[in-house]
Amino acid sequence: MSYDKRLDGRDFDELREMDASVGVIPRADGSAFFRMGGTSAYAAVYGPRQTHPRFLQDPAKGVLRCHYAMMPFSGAGDRVRPGPSRRAKEISMVTTNALLPVIDLHAFPNAIVDVFISLPQTDAGSRCAGICAAALALADAGVPMNDMIGAVAVGRVDDKIVMDLCYDEEAYKDGPVADIPVAMNHRTKGITLLQMDGEISKDMLMKALEKVKKAMDKIHEKQVNALKDKFKEAKAEEKPEKK
Amino acid sequence: MSEIKVKDKDIVVPGEELADGMDFIPSGAAFRENEKIYANRIGLAQIEGRVIKIIPLAGKYNPERNDMVIGKVVDILMSGWRVDLLSPYDAVLNIRDAFDRYIRKGEDLTKYLQIGDWLTAKITNVTSQKLVDLTTKGHNLGKLQPGRIMKISPFKVPRVIGKKGSMMKMIQSATGCKITVGQNGVIWISGQPEKEILGYETIKKIDEEAHTSGLTERIKQMLEKETGKKLEEKGDQR
Repeated sequence: MSYDKRLDGRDFDELREMDASVGVIPRADGSAFFRMGGTSAYAAVYGPRQTHPRFLQDPAKGVLRCHYAMMPFSGAGDRVRPGPSRRAKEISMVTTNALLPVIDLHAFPNAIVDVFISLPQTDAGSRCAGICAAALALADAGVPMNDMIGAVAVGRVDDKIVMDLCYDEEAYKDGPVADIPVAMNHRTKGITLLQMDGEISKDMLMKALEKVKKAMDKIHEKQVNALKDKFKEAKAEEKPEKK
Repeated sequence: MSEIKVKDKDIVVPGEELADGMDFIPSGAAFRENEKIYANRIGLAQIEGRVIKIIPLAGKYNPERNDMVIGKVVDILMSGWRVDLLSPYDAVLNIRDAFDRYIRKGEDLTKYLQIGDWLTAKITNVTSQKLVDLTTKGHNLGKLQPGRIMKISPFKVPRVIGKKGSMMKMIQSATGCKITVGQNGVIWISGQPEKEILGYETIKKIDEEAHTSGLTERIKQMLEKETGKKLEEKGDQR
């Protein structure tokens, strides 16, 4: 048996359709929307601001705190109970760790940056969409960061390596499946998140990670365009001003 | 060989390569990694000779020495007041930097400044840990009289002030209001109630359209229409 054709008809290397925009939540200091196929994520950034509770405060460097939440109606039909479940806490933690390497925490000692990620609709790959949105929102908020972060899931379904699995593929019954969410920074393609559910051989994993690098460039392009679109006006008009 | 990768006034995003080679010098929000220079926040690239800078387009106010700011008293301490500057960091106004007259130790400080009072102050010092010291000794500094407080993005303050204060002069002469602009993006307006609202609306418009060209001219037209008076030409020149 082999997995010859993807369940949703995509190529094996093809990502789902992406959408990205920034500044979608005016009250927040920075915000973004990121959609990957059937998975949509909103991220809102507040701060840097004073750290509460105070014991989290660090005089040597700032703190990044991410909060991941699926909306109650976002699943495949069952109500997702709001609040920090074991899963949501874990994803909040790995999201923070995925973003930390690019954030310049020393620029805001004693302060904290809060990132709130909410998903109104999910179809696998929610932590990846969340990380993509969070990176955009942080950039939009003007938080000092030395690179952008992108994230996507790679995996294997039966004998094939597939990019950006949808839920039906994750739940594939006729063969072994591995789902591997990966986050990387743009410039050096350093891995900041790597998790796995399922089974995969070492060879296949290495090949899969190579493919992620190419996919990352597409995600990065989408992110950059979204950011530049918001501030485009600024560019066009500032020029004649300062002759 | 050194090569510059962006044009002056281009929008740059975090991690974007600005230049390759050692002939250029990063400054402000630009940083060097190996041979290359990258941006570390969203902003406009600015190339001045060999120096590459980034003018930030978003972010919180970062207190800097000698800035004139407007803040709100949020707490009363043993020997001074804690002041909120709409920044991640609160500032402290010490008694001896606040008034010329002698204030005895243990005296009730609420006699001078109460919680909730707004004041203009100058930043005298900022430490590495972002402890901020203020003074209210000086021209136009101190507790604010009744008026209207508004908040804009600190990065748009230069546009509200205008070249050599031209925008500010124009709004003040059109509305007859006294206006003080703090570097932290807090603005105080005081005058006739209707005129205060006109000033507020005008500054809000500048905040929203800060990056569009011909802004000065449009603001002038708006003010002339609202007040029904002709404004002098000089406000528009540089």
